[in-house]
Amino acid sequence: MPTTKTTGKKKRFRNLPLTLIALPGIIYLVINNYIPMFGVFLAFKDYSLVKGIFGSDWSGFANFEFLFRTKDAWIMTRNTILYNLGFIIIGTVCAIAVAIMMCELGKKVRVKFFQAFLLLPNLLSWVVIGFIVYAFLNADTGFVNNSILRTLGIDPVSWYSTTGPWPAIIIIVYLWKNIGYQSIVYMAAISGIDKSIYEAAAIDGATKMQQIFRITLPMLKSTVVTLTLMSIGRIFYSDFGLFYQVPQNSGALFNVTQTIDTYVYRGLMELNDVGMSAAAGLYQSLVGFILVLAANFIVRKVDADNALF
Amino acid sequence: MTESKSFNRVATIILTILVVIAMLPILLIVIASFTEENALVRNGYTFLPEALSLDAYYYMVKQGFVIVRAYGVSFFVTLFGTCVSVILTTMLAYPMSRRSYKYRNILAFFVFFTMLFSGGIVPSYIMWSQIFHIRDTIWALIIPNYLVTAFNVILVKNYFQNSVPESLVEAARIDGAGELKIYIRVMLPLAIPTVATISLFTGITYWNDWTNALYYVDNEKLYSIQQLLMKIMNNIQALQSSSNASLLGTGTVDLPSTSVRMAMAVIGILPIVVIYPFLQKYLVKGVIVGAVKG
Repeated sequence: MPTTKTTGKKKRFRNLPLTLIALPGIIYLVINNYIPMFGVFLAFKDYSLVKGIFGSDWSGFANFEFLFRTKDAWIMTRNTILYNLGFIIIGTVCAIAVAIMMCELGKKVRVKFFQAFLLLPNLLSWVVIGFIVYAFLNADTGFVNNSILRTLGIDPVSWYSTTGPWPAIIIIVYLWKNIGYQSIVYMAAISGIDKSIYEAAAIDGATKMQQIFRITLPMLKSTVVTLTLMSIGRIFYSDFGLFYQVPQNSGALFNVTQTIDTYVYRGLMELNDVGMSAAAGLYQSLVGFILVLAANFIVRKVDADNALF
Repeated sequence: MTESKSFNRVATIILTILVVIAMLPILLIVIASFTEENALVRNGYTFLPEALSLDAYYYMVKQGFVIVRAYGVSFFVTLFGTCVSVILTTMLAYPMSRRSYKYRNILAFFVFFTMLFSGGIVPSYIMWSQIFHIRDTIWALIIPNYLVTAFNVILVKNYFQNSVPESLVEAARIDGAGELKIYIRVMLPLAIPTVATISLFTGITYWNDWTNALYYVDNEKLYSIQQLLMKIMNNIQALQSSSNASLLGTGTVDLPSTSVRMAMAVIGILPIVVIYPFLQKYLVKGVIVGAVKG
């Protein structure tokens, strides 16, 4: 029948307008995200600029062999994982503490002020944060050497070439930038807790501390578990700006500030070792991919609603 | 009641201290930028300077062109990038939100997978610089990495799905509106709150971005404010346009370099601090929405 034929035709093309609307975005993602995924074959090539991407010779696993024979692979993996663990543990504890205090103050005007000021560092670029840290740590005119150490009668420290304090510096800068942001997430979770539970506890004579430890923290458990697992899924990735701009790309500090991301950057842009850099990048992508899948698998077991997929 | 009151007092005190700690570093560079150069060299950056001066800012006004151009680049990249990003993101999210769209699941996976796996910076750098020849063009600051992110697409898709009833779309269809018309006339106006959120985050990303500049830009005419800051950290002379430097010759000696560095950082923060009070509310909302289902 002619009528069914036309509706059939209509149906077949019904999806076309929507596909066309999505097309520009699809093309962008194909170029920006999918083509580079296939580009990981560069890790198996002895890349030379003259011979080009496709003309360069295949080198099998040579790049990986070199990479893992050096100390670099161990140092950058260790740094990336340990810093992330530090961020996850200390960051979560601080963010929850701040969130609980904010929520206890209720809807007072000052809460908005606290929130606004604590969030502000999150909006600064890593370049600017690099300047701020430089104002504190610069050996000649830095605040720490001139105003703190001199007053205490301690010799000035050449911060940008002394490795010892850097794990602490990196973690402090991380907390300074991120606590405000993270505490907002936990504030949202706390404000979702049923108020009548607290009222009932108060009637039963529970102190504030008891309420926090027996009600708030247990109720936050699933949020904490989910966010932590998601962070563990990202444990092979580091914030490039934090590890590049804050230590001012200082070579003397590589031992404690080199992460996989800074290694890949330096290999590619400063040492022109494309093959090695690509190998480190693929190592990060693959392990990262496996970790995300594993983390999501566990989240789905713990709390299916919060799973990514 | 009294216990709750004393708890509130302690919380207020601790939070006030935290706010002071959060703000002091920013205050330090602001004060440093207004400190007299010789006092800086003698006492270093300090909260209580011996002598104040506007020399750093005078100097920057004299070098105005370089800074104005960098501001121009940053503003253009931020505005243009954010607009294109919002258009592409909402256009991609709209079909994904339509239940009657046959390929919505495939599309959702296609977008989502970019969050799970990435080819890394090396292939992407080689693609942009050697296939698309993006180096030292303004597009290098706009196109790579930020135009469409899975995170934003999913945010908008969820908003369309949860806040715009399918029946509204059906009604528009019955009235004879095509899909593009529905997207422009029905969906976009309804999506303003979420468009505001992603614009805000994308805008901040573009304003603060320095990595694309680091990888793709050497031409000083294309320096954004962030890249200018990076160059100044390495070499204070970068502030002087090359023609000036050759004219001045040894005149660069009296350059108030210690305070100018910090004055530049202040200039870099200024736009964010100025608009922040107006946008803070939306930012907090955006953080919450993004965290709940990102």
